[in-house]
Amino acid sequence: MPLLDIDKDKCVGCGACIDACPFGALSLVDDMVVVNDKCTGCGACLLACPMHALSLPDKRPKEATANLADYSGVWVWVEQFNGQTGDISMEMLGQGRKLADQRKAALTACVLGHHVEHITKEAISFGADRVFWVDNESLGSYTTAPYASTLINLIHEYKPEIFLLGASARGRDLAGSVASLLHTGLTADCTGLDIDPENGLLMQTRPAFGGNIMATIICPHHRPQMATVRYRVFEKPVADCHRQGQVIPVKAAMSADRLTAHVVDSILEKDEVNLADARVIVSGGHGVGGPAGFETLRKLAEVLGGAVGSSRSAVDAGWISYAHQVGQTGRTVRPDLYIACGISGQIQHLAGMKTSKVIVAINTNPEAPIFNVANYGIVGDLFQIVPALTKQFKKRLHK
Amino acid sequence: MNIIVCIKQVPDTTNVKINPETNTLIREGVSSIINPFDMYAIEEGLRLKEKFGGKVTVISLGPPQSINALKEAVGMGTDEAVQLSDRAFAGSDSWATAYTLSLAIKKMGEFDIILCGKQAIDGDTGQVGPGLASQLGITQLTYVFKIVRLDPGTGTIAVERLLEEGREIVEAKLPALLTVVKNINQPRSTSLFHIRRASQLIIPTWTVADLPGADPSSLGLKGSPTQVIKIFSPPKREGALDLIKADGAEEAAAILADKIIAEKIL
Repeated sequence: MPLLDIDKDKCVGCGACIDACPFGALSLVDDMVVVNDKCTGCGACLLACPMHALSLPDKRPKEATANLADYSGVWVWVEQFNGQTGDISMEMLGQGRKLADQRKAALTACVLGHHVEHITKEAISFGADRVFWVDNESLGSYTTAPYASTLINLIHEYKPEIFLLGASARGRDLAGSVASLLHTGLTADCTGLDIDPENGLLMQTRPAFGGNIMATIICPHHRPQMATVRYRVFEKPVADCHRQGQVIPVKAAMSADRLTAHVVDSILEKDEVNLADARVIVSGGHGVGGPAGFETLRKLAEVLGGAVGSSRSAVDAGWISYAHQVGQTGRTVRPDLYIACGISGQIQHLAGMKTSKVIVAINTNPEAPIFNVANYGIVGDLFQIVPALTKQFKKRLHK
Repeated sequence: MNIIVCIKQVPDTTNVKINPETNTLIREGVSSIINPFDMYAIEEGLRLKEKFGGKVTVISLGPPQSINALKEAVGMGTDEAVQLSDRAFAGSDSWATAYTLSLAIKKMGEFDIILCGKQAIDGDTGQVGPGLASQLGITQLTYVFKIVRLDPGTGTIAVERLLEEGREIVEAKLPALLTVVKNINQPRSTSLFHIRRASQLIIPTWTVADLPGADPSSLGLKGSPTQVIKIFSPPKREGALDLIKADGAEEAAAILADKIIAEKIL
């Protein structure tokens, strides 16, 4: 089956698609584009064609999940760590509520853990109609098997149409396992979720190739339609503590003595704000010059209540730990404010931060590519500007 | 100890630039590399072999030219390589990829540990590792930052995982599948000795016919539950750069602080 359709009547042989193909799968033969077997069907060439001659083939001959109509409702996995939820679960409940309303269906939260009853109320206040509450020692610290098997049992019994999980380390660990065992589709790291008004399918939009192209993906013949959702993409709704909902206690699928993996220790980064969740990130690159330079950045981050990030070069130089790295081989972040200090802005770094709401660039080189994505820029020495900024914000924020 | 490393060949994004007009990729020449995260998986496999003995086998699913990625892995010192390549596999999403890999690994026989990179830099999904572990019915340990302990005698492993809140140590029984993050090690370069071996090694290419029990409707494009319906350019960042010009750092900082406060994001 070909992975790319070429409309020979529309193709003018301009070759624009050839440069756009990341795999070198396209070439010109007799002034007409042809595709070879290097093609992966990624779609990167579609945008480049001025004649709209390229398209991805329509396929799907087979229905894989029986009785699709039996599946209804939107589910959200509410992630917790030591009994505390993160904003990402609430953001998903907010978006899940909208999707459920569009599908005229209920929103269900899945709360798994040990001593986590308080989270059931929290989930309802953020929009859930129903909560599956699974409390068991085997779920005390997250490991894949007891969580996945409990959710799979619930899905088999109650048949949700849509199931959302956060694109956190645990969420991606769990989603991959659950989707695989259920034999259903999973779209990872979504930044957009909508319902197609015509057929009711979940349209899942995600970046690929380091955010250079966006793809909208559907899962037409398998249920549930599963997606992991990136941090800070959707608005966190306002909690309504008067909302009513149904809490259904459910048994865990595994007992603690059957676990094959155990969390034996946690090493939390003290005094560090979680990068994925941070509203403000002050990030440093090559220009920071060494570990001591990051102290300057840390002071500004502290005043702004933010986290410290870094480019790859600073991590590779050993100035700061990998947990701080933003970019293609580090974390993807989406804060309200990203202050890039001494970061030139290579494509791999931009891939990890260019969807931040407001970007500030501080760099001695006015030609640095970081200025192309920045809202505000100062050309100058970060060791003068960052301490000055710290002082100015302290004054304005009364700290 | 039998170690399997799953690798993917990806476009070398260091050659990629963005056309600012159309927001599409511009590539200067087409080169492919081993997915950077998979390099750490290969290195970790080699280190385990050096410590405990045994064999490291690399496996890759991809178009015919993915053989080059396998040759490079052998050039780094892995013992054997298997290529999975067939038009029937083309267009696989993460489910179908995991399914195909699981069939090949079952055919390869007994193993103690499977290593994968945490995700590939082209698709960025990070879902093949967990999917593969589930299809094989083994324990998965994702985002591994360090192997703290491995005891082949008792068949147990302890790893440090990198999470949003920090790190955690997890103990598990083997066999297990690990996905590794950057900085778990420093991948070695290829060596002349191993490159020579790679040029002589016959790397088998397995097709559908070589995978016992393969369900043709679960392979490739046809077997992929997800379907891409639209590709588009990411929305451009709004507004032009406001370059702050001032007399000295203090003044520039004061102007910037005012503007950021006015954005009402703090």
